[in-house]
Amino acid sequence: MSSLPPYATTGQRIWFYAFRVICGCIFFFLIAPILTIIPLSFNAQDFFTFTPEMLKLDPDGYSLKHYRDFFSSSDWQHSFKNSLIIAPIATIVSVSLGTLAAIGLSQSHVPFRRGIMAILISPMIVPLIISATGMFFFYSTLGNWMENSLGMNKNFVGYVKVVLAHSVLGIPFVIITVTATLVGFDRSLTRAAANMGAGPVTTFFRVQMPLILPGVISGALFAFITSFDEVVVVLFVGSAAQKTLPWQMFTGLREQISPTILAVATILVVISVLLLTTLELLRRRSERLRGMSPG
Amino acid sequence: MTDTTAHDNSGPVLAADGKPLKVSLARALRRQKIRALLLIAPLLLFVLITFIVPIGDMLFRSVENQIVQETLPKTVVALQEWDSEAGTVPEEPVFAALAADMKIAVAEKTHTRLGTRLNYEMNGISSLFRKSGRGVKKWDLANDGPFKDKFIALDKKWADPEVWVTIKANSPKYTPGYFLNAVDMQVSPDGIEARPENQQIYVTLFKRTLMMSLMITGSCILLGYPIAWILANLPMRQANLLMILVLLPFWTSLLVRTSAWKVLLQQQGVINDLLVWIGLVDDANRLVMINNATGTIIAMTHILLPFMILPLYSVMQTIPETYLRAAKSLGATNWTAFWRVYFPQSIPGIGAGSILVFILAIGYYITPELVGGTKGVFISNRIAFHISTSLNWGLAAALGAILLAAVLILYYAYDKIVGIDNVKLG
Amino acid sequence: MKLTKTLLATTALAMTAGVAGADGHMADEMTIVSWGGAYSASQIKAYHEPYMEKTGIKIINDESSSEAVAKLRAMSEAGNVTWDLVDVEAADAIRLCDEGLALEIDPATDLAPAPDGTSAADDFGDMLVSDCFIPQIVFSTTFGYRTDQVPEGVDAPSGACDVFDLETYPGKRALNKNPIANMEWALLCDGVAYEEVYTTLETEEGQAQAFAKLDTIKADTLWWSASAEPIQWLADGEVFMASAYNGRLFSAIVEKDQPIGMAWNWQMFDLDGWVIPAGLADDRLARVKDYVMYATDTQRLADQAKYISYGPARASSAPLVSTHADLGIEMAPHMPTEPSNAENTFVNNYMWWADYRDDLDAKFQAWLAK
Repeated sequence: MSSLPPYATTGQRIWFYAFRVICGCIFFFLIAPILTIIPLSFNAQDFFTFTPEMLKLDPDGYSLKHYRDFFSSSDWQHSFKNSLIIAPIATIVSVSLGTLAAIGLSQSHVPFRRGIMAILISPMIVPLIISATGMFFFYSTLGNWMENSLGMNKNFVGYVKVVLAHSVLGIPFVIITVTATLVGFDRSLTRAAANMGAGPVTTFFRVQMPLILPGVISGALFAFITSFDEVVVVLFVGSAAQKTLPWQMFTGLREQISPTILAVATILVVISVLLLTTLELLRRRSERLRGMSPG
Repeated sequence: MTDTTAHDNSGPVLAADGKPLKVSLARALRRQKIRALLLIAPLLLFVLITFIVPIGDMLFRSVENQIVQETLPKTVVALQEWDSEAGTVPEEPVFAALAADMKIAVAEKTHTRLGTRLNYEMNGISSLFRKSGRGVKKWDLANDGPFKDKFIALDKKWADPEVWVTIKANSPKYTPGYFLNAVDMQVSPDGIEARPENQQIYVTLFKRTLMMSLMITGSCILLGYPIAWILANLPMRQANLLMILVLLPFWTSLLVRTSAWKVLLQQQGVINDLLVWIGLVDDANRLVMINNATGTIIAMTHILLPFMILPLYSVMQTIPETYLRAAKSLGATNWTAFWRVYFPQSIPGIGAGSILVFILAIGYYITPELVGGTKGVFISNRIAFHISTSLNWGLAAALGAILLAAVLILYYAYDKIVGIDNVKLG
Repeated sequence: MKLTKTLLATTALAMTAGVAGADGHMADEMTIVSWGGAYSASQIKAYHEPYMEKTGIKIINDESSSEAVAKLRAMSEAGNVTWDLVDVEAADAIRLCDEGLALEIDPATDLAPAPDGTSAADDFGDMLVSDCFIPQIVFSTTFGYRTDQVPEGVDAPSGACDVFDLETYPGKRALNKNPIANMEWALLCDGVAYEEVYTTLETEEGQAQAFAKLDTIKADTLWWSASAEPIQWLADGEVFMASAYNGRLFSAIVEKDQPIGMAWNWQMFDLDGWVIPAGLADDRLARVKDYVMYATDTQRLADQAKYISYGPARASSAPLVSTHADLGIEMAPHMPTEPSNAENTFVNNYMWWADYRDDLDAKFQAWLAK
């Protein structure tokens, strides 16, 4: 499919190129919104509008003020920092618990497998607004108890609440990706390791983990983005001190139109490209580890 | 496990440690099960405690109705004697009981909350209780009776039998009222009936949510299939680069993407401007592509497309290219080869993608709220409204429970047909 | 439940490992909830900053007002009220008061009298629409229009009824996606006298009349739910005329220099103010009451008007309203309360809406969905 065979008919040639054009259009559809926000984030005005000056490519129509705003506003910086704290920790919680459970689920004899799977996937299928209110009650009680009985700092408890709530939301993604990798996992490898005297822990970290790593990493990325882009639950479970980036954006869109949001998005797009490239490099590395030749 | 003991008359087969093999195997199996469960247990408990139980508790509000009995205990008892179909106002004992209940309720400030609850059933009860509360506060229960005329003097609505019918009808501890309301029905003196036509909204919204989620799923299949195909059939390095294009929007905040679609699709937006500039569209008749169902479908297709592409891609990767060539060498045309050989093998991918997209679409509310206008909002928007604005959590829970039931049925069907293990996210 | 507790304890202990005895000095902190954006900024400058300077108490600004009603109810059910003071619209204050979620206040002891000795109850007057509500500002839902899209030879629109006049003012309109104000405008512009609007709306025929009037513009109307939306649409030229909060229109016109004009006639006044959550501990309550006493006095309310064009809720603050903090322009003419702006105005009838909101909302949504 990568290239046309020399004996292709005219019809096949036309279809071959037409198909590529169609795919090109769909790819364009996928990134069109991103292509829109990048220039708009340099807008000199405070609205999401392409001004006549911008269309004439007049330098006066462009400005870096929204980026300055992002870097100088304590609100934005604070919420950015919060997101950078909350998302990774939530990811670690859901990945560690999720991977263990996925390994358990992939054993051959698990009672109530379907039921357990349904429960673990449920955070993905319950409408968010219901989850948010339901979790609010639980986490308020939990928070009360941690503050009063354990004497923990209120602020710290706030972070714990948001982190736990976000990890639950990330779990289905970890479970799905890791179980999928484990389906193709050759169980004789762990038996071979055990045969050669490795304990279960060593086997896990030295044999199983490197092989299912791609699944774990992509699960982790999904879990990370779930937390990093989540606004409904954090609005309910969190308080001012835990305001995350999406929360700040949400207030921004509702209360005051400001392309600062677009500047933030542009920065995030750049970060995502970097992250995705890293992921790709990791994937190639793991492919080599598995002994497959990179394509 | 085959039975290893039956056919041998030299006694049971023994394992290395001298125990019968059957026992040994059973023990190994049990140990394996326990180990698996131990691995699952932490997460299972975590999800059960922090998610399932709270959600169950929330959904339970859809039938819970203690408030009337708790706030007006004596009145509810007194009302049992009263015939609600007689069309008359209850007599003095009921009003005396009401006075006693109200006195306590006012001190605890629970009467207004009850008013809000009953106002869902009948307009005006909210202010009736608020107003009466102020009056009752000043009464002396022992000396100020009889109370019937005093209540009616406070607010003439107390002389309306309908108020009493409402109180009596809602006195049981559990109510089907929220669920009935959620399907545009109500309890009336004549039994269960449809709500007046100008109040019917939820069935329409449920239908619309299902229809539009189906359309979104459909357009995701249409757009996702060629992309997954090309990703699966290009060399790995190129495919992975293109994959970044698929994942990039996925990583951009949902709020930002939704705003970007507004900029693109509105009447003075980028696409309309381009079309006018090219001359395809007349300046006076710019296309309406947002703040309606179209807007919701476009924006949500965009948001959910990666959830279709990724499972499709992982399934297509496993279909050997040689099958297609074999089909062609046997004389199939391109179309037949695709339709009869390739497509059937990609169906699990379509299934996985569709269920993901559909389940996610059905519960969305922020995007429809921002781009849906009036014809593109979902049932979740009403759930959110009842939770954060109207405080009618019973109704929100009932709507949510119905929505969740629909999703669970789908999930069950999917698990039966495809198996949830076969969902892959890249 | 024992299992739950053990599990919670383990989780919690595992989490504490990372924190070294970080128990804070909570005694002098206060969490105040508001809407965010320019509005929060005006409160921070006019109230929070001077108060923090005066007392040394730290104020944390939480921007959750849009979820306040739901969150307060959930907090109170969970027995963990973490907020000290909440900024809400009057209609929400009434709901919270009815639900027993907000504390009833006594204007005589909890609010400062005017400088000339007038009691707080008289100074606020009709603004005290609920026993729990401490009014702060008067804002209005009014209309903005694109000055460059007014048809030639026609006067610029002056108010709500021009929205219904598609012949004179063609083009798209934007209205709020809920029945409040829209139903009143529909009837008022259909010839119903203001005194009869609410009695008319209580009847099926009256509601049908309002919906019929709205039907005439339904095809040309966009409905907004976030208050920044109508302003963005006006700035884009996406709509010709839109209902919006007057402070946002002011900001677009004066601070951001957009070609938008104001049409004030039949603007609907609305109130925004504080409620104190019910169930605060005594020390927190005392601290909040001290703040409220300070932040709602005559001078502070007048100060807020330097930053945003919302009218102070006290009669005694009106003469003290001065100029915009950055632009230096007189603020008084931009206030919704300025008598020369609008010939006719009305006040959101909170009590009526508290009774009929749920019912009309269902009908309004059903109408929108048709």
